[in-house]
Amino acid sequence: MIAPPTVELLRERLGASAGEVSLSHGMLVLTLPSVELIGVVSRLKTEFGFDMFLDVTAVDWAGQAPRFEVVWHFYSTSHFARARIKTRVPEADPVVDSLTSLYGSAHFMERECHEMYGIVFHGNNDLRPILLYEGFVGHPLRKDYPKTQEQPLVPYRTEGA
Amino acid sequence: MDPKTFPIRAANARTPAFEYFSTKKDELVGWARKFSLFPYPFVTACCAMEFMAVSSSPYDTDRFGAALPRFSPRQSDLLMVVGTVTHKQAPVLLRVYEQMCEPKWVMAFGACATSGGFYQNYAAVAGIDKIIPVDIYVPGCPPRPETVIDAIMKLQDRIARSHHPIITGTF
Repeated sequence: MIAPPTVELLRERLGASAGEVSLSHGMLVLTLPSVELIGVVSRLKTEFGFDMFLDVTAVDWAGQAPRFEVVWHFYSTSHFARARIKTRVPEADPVVDSLTSLYGSAHFMERECHEMYGIVFHGNNDLRPILLYEGFVGHPLRKDYPKTQEQPLVPYRTEGA
Repeated sequence: MDPKTFPIRAANARTPAFEYFSTKKDELVGWARKFSLFPYPFVTACCAMEFMAVSSSPYDTDRFGAALPRFSPRQSDLLMVVGTVTHKQAPVLLRVYEQMCEPKWVMAFGACATSGGFYQNYAAVAGIDKIIPVDIYVPGCPPRPETVIDAIMKLQDRIARSHHPIITGTF
């Protein structure tokens, strides 16, 4: 029987590797250093029943250091519980481990997070654009991407054409 | 040349007889073309719902001879761009437009196709007229069916009044 996940249980079982554990709107939140990611997620999956990978995204805290916060969401279909993992990565080296070895669905979501924020997922060797197109320069959801900058694939027509 | 026949050539474009024939021919062809618009719906977003509403029985664009959507651009002559066009999709739209035979008209259906609407960002084309020429713009987010019908009627008026070269540039 897999134990239902609670803040106390996570703190007790995972110890220091889980980083800060708290509860936010009924959702478990783990704020941890990026080196602990793979270890903690694989234990969440096997010991606490978080069998569903919901999403990975990032937050650009422009002006802060480290600049980016990568956020994962998981769901437990046996306990109907959700968990969020947050870790900070610096702008100079925005690398976190890929979760594709644990969850197949991470492939596409990591590709999206990579193109939108420039986060590199170490271990995912197919980080081609998925929503954007080949040749797009920059990462449009970063705060320093100019809001109105376009990168058209078709040359704009001139009047009378 | 047989002196009894009247050659229709651009060189004779100034003669009253040529102008009479040419005008009557334009009226006839324009009348025929305005009631046989075959739309190609290039439907990308939520305006599609309004397109369905205007196509189906309560509003019924069939009354204007613009009912039968052809799902091949090669069989159609009215390109209705319904919804947001992204930069990634722009080459597809251009290719569809280039496959249509002359004569052809383009309708920008809704705010997004007209100007990009509220999508002023890295992803959306701010108006399809940056890529292809547009004959008529339909405002609204989404447009009311009455607006679309009004646009079709205005386009029909323009088709009826315009010059329709068939053989040469002047005739």
